[in-house]
Amino acid sequence: MTSQSAFLDSNRLVYSGAAPSPSEQARRARRWGWLIYAECRLRRMKAYFGTILVVALLYPVLYLAAMGIGLGSLVNSGVGGIDGVPYLVFVGAGLLVSTIVTESTNEFTFSIMAGFKWEKTFYATQASPISPAQMVIGEVVGVFVRLFAQAIPFWVALLVFGAAPSGWSWLIVPIAAVAGISFGAPLMAYSATVEDEGYQFAFVQRFIVMPMFLFAGTFYPLAQMPPYLQWVGWISPMWHGTQLGRIVSYGMENPLWLTVVHVLALVIPIVVGVALSVRVFTARLMK
Amino acid sequence: MSVIEASGLTKTYGELNAVDGISFEVAPGESFGLLGPNGAGKSTTMRMIGGTSLRTSGSLTVLGLDPELNGPEVRAHLGVIPQQDNLDTELKVRENLILYGRYFGLSHAFLKRKADELLEFAQLTEKADEKVDNLSGGMKRRLTIARGLVNEPKILLLDEPTTGLDPQARHILWDRLFRLKEEGVTLIVTTHFMDEAEQLCDRLIVMDHGKIVAEGSPASLIKEYATREVLEMRFGSERNASVVSQLEGIGARIEVLPDRVLLYTPDGEGALERVAHVGLRPVTSLVRRSSLEDVFLRLTGRSLID
Ligand SMILES: Nc1ncnc2c1ncn2[C@@H]1O[C@H](COP(=O)(O)OP(=O)(O)OP(=O)(O)O)[C@@H](O)[C@H]1O
Ligand SMILES: [Mg+2]
Repeated sequence: MTSQSAFLDSNRLVYSGAAPSPSEQARRARRWGWLIYAECRLRRMKAYFGTILVVALLYPVLYLAAMGIGLGSLVNSGVGGIDGVPYLVFVGAGLLVSTIVTESTNEFTFSIMAGFKWEKTFYATQASPISPAQMVIGEVVGVFVRLFAQAIPFWVALLVFGAAPSGWSWLIVPIAAVAGISFGAPLMAYSATVEDEGYQFAFVQRFIVMPMFLFAGTFYPLAQMPPYLQWVGWISPMWHGTQLGRIVSYGMENPLWLTVVHVLALVIPIVVGVALSVRVFTARLMK
Repeated sequence: MSVIEASGLTKTYGELNAVDGISFEVAPGESFGLLGPNGAGKSTTMRMIGGTSLRTSGSLTVLGLDPELNGPEVRAHLGVIPQQDNLDTELKVRENLILYGRYFGLSHAFLKRKADELLEFAQLTEKADEKVDNLSGGMKRRLTIARGLVNEPKILLLDEPTTGLDPQARHILWDRLFRLKEEGVTLIVTTHFMDEAEQLCDRLIVMDHGKIVAEGSPASLIKEYATREVLEMRFGSERNASVVSQLEGIGARIEVLPDRVLLYTPDGEGALERVAHVGLRPVTSLVRRSSLEDVFLRLTGRSLID
């Protein structure tokens, strides 16, 4: 135990006078608040860094071995690959993108709700010069960096498994991270409205993420699905991201207009999701 | 110039006037209290000062700035200690201080030193690398207070700072805040502890249902709204109400609470003798000096702590 007198004597230290002036603090926060917040968001991930690492290193190997090689040998001997490439190449890009999008889900559901409800970290941050809009942008940037970093080992695994023959295949890393945010940003706006214990998130996982994974062109071309089910792909960032991923990873043939559609389909939800999140965050925090 | 100026400050939630047209000013270096029962509107007022809750009407300036328009500038001057600890449980104790300091644009080099000093201040040096969840309630409170000092603010908003602290820790904190005050830091304190208000506040407003019901220094409020002494008597819960008629005329005023009768008088011992004289035998009796508790009871007809 520190003695009581030490406690009292440390008085002068608490106000060192070495801190920048409040107006300088405010200036820095106004200018860089979003980036500072993103930095802090990333540092907080240290608490579950182990889980991130396991997912980042183990999933690629497991998925590629099971789906690409196991299932792939069956597909290849049956129909001689898909889209003119071995099944492993076809499915590899899809697995990478869908894994990253799935990981994004966790960051934009419980973690957002906890910030409002359990730990109230958003309220704590709000008492600093950081604004709700900066928190939203910082969340997006922080998680983007995480997803980007996590996609790298997966991409390396694709290379090792020979599943990414194109010289442009590295572009799948930013594409996957963007697809993750494209799903995550609107989800964040929704999560920020959740007032109860977040039972809805299990629903999101089971009835949105899971079907997207199964039906949005990860394992076979969307065109294989009955037309009345193909909309699942069209509305899902996973499919648009996967298709862009295939273009860069093995040079999948794609009409230009459709490529543009894929890009827009990823970017628009980010813009809309961020704008909505800013509104919801501001309204809820400023009450 | 006043540090804080509020005029007709109002906040409504639906039908409820949480803060109902209050006006006050806080001078530089003053320590100013908001005293009131649950739901009086103290926390809401604090949040409006920080610009983290939008006011419904009225005007409010902090250092001449409107916190709603110049939020970052205002909050860079403030150290906010919220009523409920909102520490980051994903982070260790020291990291809580450092990352929070980052929000003020402070450098890692500055914050490393600062965090050590604040840990010392909060007597948490040994817990620096502990998870926040492993701290006791009192330790969490101290960490929250330390966090509020990270940007070396000149105005501290303390929302029930010592709730959850044991008496010793509380006295140490009071002393600590007193020293900050001596350095010229302005303190805004909400509390429902009378002794805390009497210890810490130069001046305070008593709030009830969002309105200011009295304003002044603790001593002047006691002088104005209570007698010098109070005679507290217990007659047993059934009899407390029925003895009142017999006590008429003995003190300046009588308050009947569920568990005791309070008799306000300049001379408690003398009053007790006269009570015996009319033939009443309280089970227990106690003479004490009047406190803010009595002021509150007088003003609202209710006890401050439910
Ligand atoms: N976000 C909110 N939405 C609706 N009502 C609210 C909200 N915040 C506070 N209130 C209501 O406003 C009133 C004042 O609340 P406030 O928290 O300011 O009181 P307080 O004086 O701090 O009370 P306590 O001593 O219990 O902390 C209460 O009736 C409360 O229920
Ligand atoms: Mg309160």
